[in-house]
Amino acid sequence: MSLILLAEQVLNGLQFGVMLFLMAAGLTLIFGVMGLINLAHGSLYMIGAFAAAGVAAATGSFLLALAASLAAAAIVGGVIELVVIRRLYQRDHLDQVLATFALILVLSEATRWAFGSFPLYLNIPPALSGSVRLPGGIEYSLYRLSLIGIGLLIALALFWLISKTRIGMRIRAGENDREMIAALGVDISKLYTVIFALGAALAGLSGALVGAIQSVQVGMGEPVLILAFVVIVIGGIGSIKGALIGAVLVGLTDTLGRVLLPPFFATFMEKSAATTVGSSLSSMLIYILMAAVLIFRPSGLYGRA
Amino acid sequence: MKRKTLSLISASIMALAGPGLAGEAVKVGMITTLSGGGAGLGIDVRDGFMLALEQAGDSGIEVVIEDDQRKPELAVQLADRMIQSDKVDVLTGIIWSNLAMAVVPAATAQGKFYLSPNAGPSALAGKGCNENYFNVAWQNDNLHEAAGAYANSAGFKNSFILAPNYPAGKDALAGYKRFFEGDLAGELYTKLGQTDYAAEIAQIRASGADSVFFFLPGGMGISFLKQYSGSGIDLPVVGPAFSFDQGILQAVGEAALGVKNTSQWNKDIDNPTNAAFVETFQAKYGRLPSLYASQGFDTANLLISAVKAADVHDADAFRAALKAADFNSTRGDFAFGPNNHPIQDIYVREVIKEGDVFTNKIIATSLKQHSDAYAAECKM
Amino acid sequence: MIAERWLNAALYLALLAVPLAAWALDEPFVITLATKIAILAIAGVGLNLALGLGGLVSLGHAAFFGIGGYAMGILASHAQSYTPLMQSPFLIEGTKSMPVIWLVAIVVSAAAALVIGALSLRTTGVYFIMVTLAFGQMLFFFAISWPAYGGEDGLSIYVRNGFPGLNTLDPIQFFAIAFVILSLVLILVSRLSRSAFGLALDGARQNVARAETVGINPFRVRLVAFTISGAITGLAGALFADLNRFVSPSMFSWQTSGEIMIFVILGGVARLYGPLAGAMLFILLEHFLGGISEFWHIYLGLVLLGVVLFARGGLIGTLSRAAAPHD
Repeated sequence: MSLILLAEQVLNGLQFGVMLFLMAAGLTLIFGVMGLINLAHGSLYMIGAFAAAGVAAATGSFLLALAASLAAAAIVGGVIELVVIRRLYQRDHLDQVLATFALILVLSEATRWAFGSFPLYLNIPPALSGSVRLPGGIEYSLYRLSLIGIGLLIALALFWLISKTRIGMRIRAGENDREMIAALGVDISKLYTVIFALGAALAGLSGALVGAIQSVQVGMGEPVLILAFVVIVIGGIGSIKGALIGAVLVGLTDTLGRVLLPPFFATFMEKSAATTVGSSLSSMLIYILMAAVLIFRPSGLYGRA
Repeated sequence: MKRKTLSLISASIMALAGPGLAGEAVKVGMITTLSGGGAGLGIDVRDGFMLALEQAGDSGIEVVIEDDQRKPELAVQLADRMIQSDKVDVLTGIIWSNLAMAVVPAATAQGKFYLSPNAGPSALAGKGCNENYFNVAWQNDNLHEAAGAYANSAGFKNSFILAPNYPAGKDALAGYKRFFEGDLAGELYTKLGQTDYAAEIAQIRASGADSVFFFLPGGMGISFLKQYSGSGIDLPVVGPAFSFDQGILQAVGEAALGVKNTSQWNKDIDNPTNAAFVETFQAKYGRLPSLYASQGFDTANLLISAVKAADVHDADAFRAALKAADFNSTRGDFAFGPNNHPIQDIYVREVIKEGDVFTNKIIATSLKQHSDAYAAECKM
Repeated sequence: MIAERWLNAALYLALLAVPLAAWALDEPFVITLATKIAILAIAGVGLNLALGLGGLVSLGHAAFFGIGGYAMGILASHAQSYTPLMQSPFLIEGTKSMPVIWLVAIVVSAAAALVIGALSLRTTGVYFIMVTLAFGQMLFFFAISWPAYGGEDGLSIYVRNGFPGLNTLDPIQFFAIAFVILSLVLILVSRLSRSAFGLALDGARQNVARAETVGINPFRVRLVAFTISGAITGLAGALFADLNRFVSPSMFSWQTSGEIMIFVILGGVARLYGPLAGAMLFILLEHFLGGISEFWHIYLGLVLLGVVLFARGGLIGTLSRAAAPHD
């Protein structure tokens, strides 16, 4: 395999990782601050994609579609926080798992009821279509390059939000001691709603961004949800930095595994058997990575033990 | 087969006179996918099937419909229930090969008839064939074989081929290779359910291929085509109809325009049955029919023809009536081969845009009167 | 607690009486449904041992359920095709005998649970949930892409395996097998939870430090519990495969793990009969709501939400409280 192809695959892995980060950031924030396992996070991703597809079909504007994805996911997120989620903070993880699993059922089928059973159309804007030539001669999709850029910008914005702003201070305080900040007069329930809506909006945005190059359909959120959980667990739950590093690690492992394992096995096996074995192992690879990380670091890379 | 189109009125008169209504109604159990991500296919099959029954008037057929949620275990349990409790005579409806493999052998072993409106796994076409199992759609490899044959006629010499890493994916690549005479620039198995194909597309670009064949059903195909068309590679693509059916073409959009795909059906096949089917389907459901809908429609019409000709409780007579395939298919000529799988023409279609709607038009016939590779292994 | 005992007895008797009535009325499908409930309840009781008593929230029990299923599938498919499973170093033949299959399912899933448990128990809390999920997913993708036993298509076994002296194809007789095994498993788990081992496990869940000071090794106790729990779920997997006469990788999927967990939570965590109550409610909802509307998952979701939010302690917790206000 040529060096250029390898470099392109590394970029692909990075892009995949950055998109996973947008999902994982909200999930890890919600877990870190509220201690809530939210299985319905994937449904918010789906809602973002559907809202974007609906608005793009009506207006033809990709920017409006992105805005709609943020707004729709934030609103749905806010509403389910007010109606359901806030009753779960004091419960154990089991009740949270069951309740948010129930939310997946409701949100998925409600989306299918509203939008029909067939996949929707959402495409990348003309301005970002086509490819660019990077230094070194790599021909790379402009949209994917933009995704890497947008993802990294959002990561920076999140770090700034959490370390420099007032709300970030409250978030950090909430992670450490929720009775204390309540005692200091911070309206904790409002704070929780805001954080939940923020996490939801990030999931919705990532659904819209990814939906433009994938398929906007019911059930699109669950595979990503599992990956996002893998990411935050590898990174250490509650840590935004861990989520970013975990996401890139998972993105690179998955992409490079898919590309490198079959030829690797072909060096000492018959070709078609190597393709089969290589593909099988590559689909298990990220789970092997996660198990390995947790066995050596039981609280993830950046988790608090 | 060559019978003239019957009017609806005479069809119902025939039904009244036929042995089907002599006893109680024929009970049909339909197990199909109506919820979750794959629901579009099951809904199309069901709608096509019910449309045919409605048009036949009082056909003496009673249908029980259940949602399998695409879970094989659930499909088995539904089949058990329909056989044990609803006492159905005929089963139909399953979309996915793995669900068919779970249900069909047990159902036919209990003496029930199974009419497949979609899946055609190779195991049921060859050694595992059964005289009570009729496939009204295709054997799984058929459309891929037609794609391989088309690739030869299009002058492709060096194809890059990919499919998901599961049995139907392996059958797909085997089917393409069975007919394709050129070389392979690359052969890839992707993860089932994978949605990002950047890594695979980079490999295609680097492979020096002159064409791409892919089998990626459902959302996987939508994702692949969108990403492929955005990659700047302009190698010709060919695939089976599953990634280009009416239900998902709108979601793929411009990315699919001009792509060649193989199918045993299209809405422009020129015969009166098909014209009437396309028109009435659109009038009733407000959307264009897909190939799944046409398969559901044909399955129901096959069943109606057999119910008219024989009593379902006389298994030998009913089986012979099914085997005769004495109905007007949307595909024109339709006959069963020795393993109860269709012998039919398979076409090459091109994705076009009609007004605002993406759809297909037939540009050539890829394989004429095509059977399948497993018929010789079938002993029954 | 008397109320809970009466409730348990009522559930147990209902599971016995309904299929007997169905047998008399010749409604074989009702018997099949009851058999499914009994088998899934066994899986739930297995998980409940780790989850309820041990506090080990495993989202990977589908691994053991699937291993049990494939133990049945692989042995029976070799017996069906008269090909030995292995010829060297020593000959292993397939089998169609249920007791042998159960034994293999128990041993193999216990071994898997021992390995997975030993690795996973290094973590706690959400990390434990996720690492068990990871092991389940590994097996899921392995099963899908492993061509020898059907891959995603799974394996069909045409005739249900045999049990000496019984006709297992007769729904009521197969139900009897599942019911007896459920009863034995319930007795086993009830004994275990009251034994010194059970108390040690419960102690380790409530307060690790205190348990350690009285000489309990929490890791070892938990590992034993996890292994037994996996073995019981594996046995349920073998029975489930025999119920369907079919195995497929979907038995390994995370949704399966989730469903088994839902039986436990619905019924009431750490309550002996909780998984039975949960499996009953879930299967009946699935059965009856499916007919109401194409979008029945919405109703299922709302019912589950209602139970979590307003019926704390699951069905058994809520009902037994209502029956005994002075509890």
